[in-house]
Amino acid sequence: MKALMFGWEFPPHILGGLGTASYGLTKGMAMQPDMQITFVIPKPHGDEDQSFLKIMGACNVPVVWKENSWEHVSHRLGWIMQPDEYFGLRNGIRYDFRRIHTNDLGCIDFSGRYPDNLIEEISNYEAVASVLAHQLEFDIIHSHDWLTYPAGVFAKQISGKPLVIHVHATDFDRSRGQVNPTVYSIEKRGMDAADHIMTVSNLTRNIVIEKYHQDPRKVTTVHNAVEPLPDVETFTKTQRQDKIVTFLGRITMQKGPEYFVEAAHRVLQKTDGVRFVMAGSGDMMNAMIDLVAKRGIADRFHFTGFLKGRQVHEMLAESDVYIMPSVSEPFGISPLEAMQVGTPTIISKQSGCAEILNHAIKTDYWDIDAMADAIYSIVKNPAMYKSLRELGTDEVNNIKWYDAGLKVRAIYDGVIGRNH
Amino acid sequence: MRNICFYFRIHQPLRLKRYRFFDIGQDHYYYDDFQTEDRIRQAVEQSYLVANRTIAEMIRSSNKKFKCAFAISGTTIEQLEQYAPEVIDSFKELLKTGGVEFMAQPYAYSLASVFDANEFERQIKFHADKLEELFGVRPTSFFNTELIYSDEIGEIVSRLGFKSILIDEAKHIMGWKSPNYVYSHPYISKLKLLVRNNKLSDDIAFRFSSLSITADQYIGWIAALPENEKIINIGLDYSSLGINQPAYTGIFEFLKALPYHAMEQQMGFTLPSEYTKKADTAENLTVTYPISWVGNDKDLTPWTGNDLQQEALAKLYAVSERVNLCSDKPLQHDWLMLQTSDHFRYMSHKDPYGTNFESPYDAFMNYMNILADFLERVDAQYPTSIDNEELNELLKTINNQEKEIEELEKEIKKLRARKAAKEV
Repeated sequence: MKALMFGWEFPPHILGGLGTASYGLTKGMAMQPDMQITFVIPKPHGDEDQSFLKIMGACNVPVVWKENSWEHVSHRLGWIMQPDEYFGLRNGIRYDFRRIHTNDLGCIDFSGRYPDNLIEEISNYEAVASVLAHQLEFDIIHSHDWLTYPAGVFAKQISGKPLVIHVHATDFDRSRGQVNPTVYSIEKRGMDAADHIMTVSNLTRNIVIEKYHQDPRKVTTVHNAVEPLPDVETFTKTQRQDKIVTFLGRITMQKGPEYFVEAAHRVLQKTDGVRFVMAGSGDMMNAMIDLVAKRGIADRFHFTGFLKGRQVHEMLAESDVYIMPSVSEPFGISPLEAMQVGTPTIISKQSGCAEILNHAIKTDYWDIDAMADAIYSIVKNPAMYKSLRELGTDEVNNIKWYDAGLKVRAIYDGVIGRNH
Repeated sequence: MRNICFYFRIHQPLRLKRYRFFDIGQDHYYYDDFQTEDRIRQAVEQSYLVANRTIAEMIRSSNKKFKCAFAISGTTIEQLEQYAPEVIDSFKELLKTGGVEFMAQPYAYSLASVFDANEFERQIKFHADKLEELFGVRPTSFFNTELIYSDEIGEIVSRLGFKSILIDEAKHIMGWKSPNYVYSHPYISKLKLLVRNNKLSDDIAFRFSSLSITADQYIGWIAALPENEKIINIGLDYSSLGINQPAYTGIFEFLKALPYHAMEQQMGFTLPSEYTKKADTAENLTVTYPISWVGNDKDLTPWTGNDLQQEALAKLYAVSERVNLCSDKPLQHDWLMLQTSDHFRYMSHKDPYGTNFESPYDAFMNYMNILADFLERVDAQYPTSIDNEELNELLKTINNQEKEIEELEKEIKKLRARKAAKEV
């Protein structure tokens, strides 16, 4: 089984959860012995882990025919790909893309981020997909998130191979319902053209069915999993006098930071010996600082700013409670990461991961009373802390990408069987 | 002659209300009366009343040959008194037929038998008093909460004067032994153990409609048992008649037909207290660790299996002595209500049967908040900084002082009277 996957991010250079999920899923799928994955991203850095799949950089695929010597290509691209591969791909140019700005090799410069001209990058990605679809051998096309749907659809039209798309989020989650019509139309066209749609939770599945009018039979939930932490023992908890309750993530409307502040206020009215930490940055950060000051709890409420890499797990491991009051979260990987380092978690019922976790406290995102109650209970009752810590770690260690990979494979087999 | 001993457990949990930590110290009412009423009314209407009528008819039509026993928890009696007094009247009617027996149990349907022997005794007495007050009879056989039993529990129960106790057929205790004999306690031979026949009991409670069992079939199964197995104990939750097995399945018609078929096969009916008087015991049964009638393992794990449950139970029973020193009536009532085993069952990860909480953690949080308020109230009466013995001494002094003051006051009165008399 050869799969051609279109993605946008791949570790170690990631900007959001999409890259982490892409990595975990492909790694889990690669454990199936006959699985070969080619993963296309706009701009690889060359330090990606390619031990279990092949990474293809869209920025190294020619879309406009340029005459170049072998030596020149080797000089320019040799560090990341074989020159022969470049010439092979060049034979796949069947359309005139000279309107797109290309470099001396006929390749497009991608930023690989989320720039202002994102829509243009998405359509350039489509051009790359056409070359790949003509020149590569594959059995199925798999597109990750809306940025890559047009590329997947075009590749399907050219190759006639089935397309599955993977919905990691929808614009309804990002915007609390105020969708961007351009984004919506890209998402909708991708879903309409797909042979099958995978969603990361039932919550997302319902949005896809209701808001994008998809046939429920065509939509299957494949819950995300979490990669085991290789150095999990190195994250330890320092003994402190005060208990620490942490919010960690982008401080944006979607993540519900204001509910965390209000819950903190409730808890501090009744008890001391608890400190609250809001880690991360985002457009609501200043508003949150204001709110904390207004509630008069600034002496017990701390902001850390943006954390990255190891700092994230360190912060989680030092916490007594991790809380994610997201208003709408397609899946939400961070509670699972908190549980990996043994931190009890409180999550909103509006998070996809709530569907697969038993040993986490679930409340409605708006229910600050329930949230405050849960915080109070975990910091005051050692039995509660111990249960959530021990049973939660066991639970999360049994959520494996390999199993998610098997579900994806079953969907592949289903759509391929149907097409033949 | 072979005898069938029917008995029914009647218990409905008392629902706790949503109680947040900021209610601690502010709100001392812990119960969700709406939910409690809703549940008890449903049980009464779909099960208890119809079942009582059916049993009355069975007794009448069998010419008083049919008999059965009831185990009603104290908390449920209170609920019935408040929300469905007609059921109490209906039981009084049944009692008049002479074919019905009420059994003793801890008042609050609690786990006191395992955690607090003194409290266990107190509750048994309290429950017996309640039965006497309502029905005018004192129970003589014993049905523990969820049929929890061990040698130790048997010892306490026997000391309180009970001659027979009901237990469940736990595979690891019975081994190859048949439940259809009377057994006895390993070192108190006068205490008889009646073992519930699991298969025949569950046939009615869980498999009646799916297997479409008929009365003559059912009696036929009993008749086919070996000749010398003389006693068949069928123990059911009363609400399985009418709720688990709704009326439309024909459960009540099935029951009505039982006495006829049983008599045809030369079988009789008996009561736990009645049968153990005349029967010979087969053997001793040793039960070192407590067993119950729940699940496949028949152990205590549904109530005490995880850290949450053990924490809650430990915190609760730690104040047992203090609460019993108090004379505050509402506090003592709450003490009983908070002991009901259901609260701990809802904290089980494995088997939270009947829970109204979203998760075991939710149940635990809510309970611990309530318990925190309760403990504060206990503490306000008798601070935890004083240990129990010291407290006893102090109380004695206070009580003695009262007496002394009384005597002195009497003397003053006397002297005054004398003085007044002199002046005149």
